[in-house]
Amino acid sequence: MEPILNVKNLTMNFGGLKALDNIDLTVEKGQIAALIGPNGAGKTTFFNCITGIYQPSEGDVEITPPGKPMDRLNGLKTNQVTERGLARTFQNIRLFEGMTVLENVMIGRHCRLKSSILSAMLRPSSQKNEEKQAIADSYKVLEKIGLDQYVNEMAVNLPYGAQRRLEIARALATDPFLLLLDEPAAGMNPQETKELDELIIWLRDNEDLSILLIEHDMKLVMSLSDNIHVVDYGKKIAEGTPDEIKSNPDVIKAYLGDDSDDA
Amino acid sequence: MVTKKEIKQSFFIALWFMVLTFPIMVIKVNTIKHIILFRWENFVWVGVIGFFASLIWNYFLRLKEQKKKSDNGDDIPLVHRLLQNERVRIPFLAAIAVFFLAYPFVFPMYHTSIMISALVYVMLGLGLNIVVGLAGLLDLGYVAFYAVGAYAYALLNLHFGISFWIVLPVSAVLGFICGTLLGYPVLRLRGDYLAIVTLGFGEIIRIILENWDEFSNGPRGIPNVPAPSFFGYQFGQHGSVIYIYFIVIALVLLTIFFVSRLENSKIGRAWIALRDDEIACQAMGIDKFKTKLTAFALGATWASIAGVVFAAKTSFVNPMSFTIWESITILCVVVIGGMGSAIGVIAGALVLILLPEYLRAVSEYRMLVFGALQVIVMVFKPEGLIQSVRKKYKFEKLKD
Amino acid sequence: MFRSIEFINMRLLKIILGITAVGIPGFFGIKEIIADPVYFMELFLGGLTRGSIYALIALGYTMVYGIIQLINFAHGEIYMIGAMTALIVASVLGLWGWNSAVIAILAFVFAIVYSCAYGFTVEKIAYKPLRNAPRLSALISAIGMSLFLQNYVMLAQTPNFLPFESLIPDFEFWEPFAHIITAVEMTIIVTTVITMILLGILIKFTKIGKAMRATAQDKVMASLVGINVNNVISTTFVVGSATAAIGGVLIACHVGQINFFIGFLAGLKAFIAAVLGGIGSVPGAVLGSLVLGISESLFTGYFWSEYEDVFAFTILVIILIFRPSGILGKHEISKV
Repeated sequence: MEPILNVKNLTMNFGGLKALDNIDLTVEKGQIAALIGPNGAGKTTFFNCITGIYQPSEGDVEITPPGKPMDRLNGLKTNQVTERGLARTFQNIRLFEGMTVLENVMIGRHCRLKSSILSAMLRPSSQKNEEKQAIADSYKVLEKIGLDQYVNEMAVNLPYGAQRRLEIARALATDPFLLLLDEPAAGMNPQETKELDELIIWLRDNEDLSILLIEHDMKLVMSLSDNIHVVDYGKKIAEGTPDEIKSNPDVIKAYLGDDSDDA
Repeated sequence: MVTKKEIKQSFFIALWFMVLTFPIMVIKVNTIKHIILFRWENFVWVGVIGFFASLIWNYFLRLKEQKKKSDNGDDIPLVHRLLQNERVRIPFLAAIAVFFLAYPFVFPMYHTSIMISALVYVMLGLGLNIVVGLAGLLDLGYVAFYAVGAYAYALLNLHFGISFWIVLPVSAVLGFICGTLLGYPVLRLRGDYLAIVTLGFGEIIRIILENWDEFSNGPRGIPNVPAPSFFGYQFGQHGSVIYIYFIVIALVLLTIFFVSRLENSKIGRAWIALRDDEIACQAMGIDKFKTKLTAFALGATWASIAGVVFAAKTSFVNPMSFTIWESITILCVVVIGGMGSAIGVIAGALVLILLPEYLRAVSEYRMLVFGALQVIVMVFKPEGLIQSVRKKYKFEKLKD
Repeated sequence: MFRSIEFINMRLLKIILGITAVGIPGFFGIKEIIADPVYFMELFLGGLTRGSIYALIALGYTMVYGIIQLINFAHGEIYMIGAMTALIVASVLGLWGWNSAVIAILAFVFAIVYSCAYGFTVEKIAYKPLRNAPRLSALISAIGMSLFLQNYVMLAQTPNFLPFESLIPDFEFWEPFAHIITAVEMTIIVTTVITMILLGILIKFTKIGKAMRATAQDKVMASLVGINVNNVISTTFVVGSATAAIGGVLIACHVGQINFFIGFLAGLKAFIAAVLGGIGSVPGAVLGSLVLGISESLFTGYFWSEYEDVFAFTILVIILIFRPSGILGKHEISKV
């Protein structure tokens, strides 16, 4: 299998602090990969570096979208990364609070719409159809994620678990080939976590998506992932299948050996 | 309702204000004639007003806290309810239409002329509303683009004899270009720097207009800017005021039409999303810089068009019409009317511009009241006089 | 495509601006300095004076910004009210025939006390209720406050300029300096230096200074370790207002007339200075002010005096393009 995301020697310095140190990571097509590590290990920083929110100090980020040639993400802005097919969610939910559920997802459609300012003002029929199509597409996404009953609710009024799922829906609306989920199960109850587990698997199987997720819920990670990457203090310390990771002494040490946070 | 403790507190606050304002409110020095005037009546006034203001202030603060706790959120303003009600909507709009159509024929020219200025502010307000209300960019130099339009007409007419109707679209393009050029370096900055830089830019334009005699004729300005013609026919003085009135009405309608469409389009959604959360917005594939630049340039376009109308109406332009106060007044219109709310901005412009014109006795307090209102609106009712009601996107199944 | 054009333009723009900003004044400057060194010294010291005043005001901006990330638009008005109060107190006491030294001291004291009180009150009314509101709201509230205070002074006093009799006794310096620097200028520079030293001690060594620094770093953390954040914010406004008042009185002595509007431009310039030095940084504000004051003075002395304000704003734009964090500021990284 060819890797669709290939990160090489990624390093991020904040002043003197090395938040990420020479990280290599690949995600293959159709894979669910997990990035785990103790709190403060640099997982979210890694996402931020890939998605252009931070500019990494060193290293390459290469993507190979299905059916397209290889492309480099270095130096691109966040929105350009999204346009190329990497969508992400946020650890601390960042929905547009003044908007409805449907409109939140429509924002995700934004980069796939073509209308210009002039056509927005004059509103020819092509523009009207595009808007209708955007609404229909957004609704379809909500159906898939199972949020269609909330379609006209305000995003803030949703239950917590549904807000997390809405983040995924919004990311999905950008038509990605790789989904980056930052702690999607954080704060969820066991029932919600179970549904999330099923959703992620369903997305991989039916939407032709690959998924890279950061997660602290080990049960979820172990049951979902095809491949797990472990980072600690900005360094990658292990990679492998769930079983390999479970028995890896370095990983056990990182989690239990020192006085680090129990995750 | 009012507890003893609050009365006591308000009493001390009143005392505090009496002491605080003492030198400035009570003493008045004439350093030339060497006379000191003690205005003790002000001392009493400050105390009395301070006491009641403090009671009211606290009452509303408490009300706001309670409201936040109960949080029913969706109370729709009266105007919107009127407009949403099918039975009332048509007569309501018809009444407004009749009023504005009949206005110049019923009232004398002086009133029409004042109404024109108010309507120019409606345009300016709606333009600035794109920038401040929708995109959340605080532009304190908005008047610069207003000046661009006014001087474009005055100068193009002076040197090349170009007519109003040609300058109007030209100025729109010019405004858009100027907005883009200024926005280009500036919109990368964080929000609050933008306010200062645009303020600076507005002042720079004014200073240049004042000092560059060969170009703008300096502080003396450019006189005899012609009123617009009607297919080559030039109206008399009275006729042309009425004519301009209807041109402004048409332009205002056009503005409302375009702006509301923009607001409910892809770009409008992006503005509002960007205002809410920049990072999430970018992660959704929205180009932050380009989206902001569009808002800024479109705002500038409307200011520039309004500038042309202003020049045609006053038949005279000079730099004094484009001071920082003008920018602040337009900002007040938007903020007090209701950021993001077109109806609010229209109402705000009419009230804030017409009221001081007719209440001459208090018109010197205009800016004082504007300033106080800005603070009060932000503290108690940040959504403004008439809250914006966003279009709800409804899903309907497409017929395939 | 769009990206590459943007990249080239910004870079080109930076290079061209950089060469213009340093090269042209440098070239003409050296020629002019050699031609008339006394004139240059006059301009330089004039700039130093001006920069000192900016510094006194800029401190308020930078300290408030450091703590609550708000541009306190009303700060210029606090400075104006300081000058106004001093004028009123001095005039009243002068007419009552008090001793001029006593007048000078009392005018200073009253100006400082009243400015502090105004700064304190403004914070409580216009900013405190908006502590958790969007930044735009607080900014608009600040603009409203500034507008209100200007008009309040204008209506209660006068829209015209009021002559201000200098509180600082005039004396002659010994010969080579007599033509270059006046007593008032000297006083301004010395007072500023003393104020800066006192402020430095306050921030570095006192308990409240430590609390201020802690709050600037992390408000939540500061409140968790028992710092009363509201008190710290109030103190910051009060301290900033005090230095602004000193600046206000000094500039009034220097210029000899004031009106309700002096706070606007002075406030803007000081803000530019604060950004130039790196907003949020106290030494940065001082450095930025001196750089701005001196370069402004040289610009108006050698080039066009009518474009003085244009020059300052141009500097602001250039700084924000080149180095938005200022000379001494730290680069901010937004947390995601």
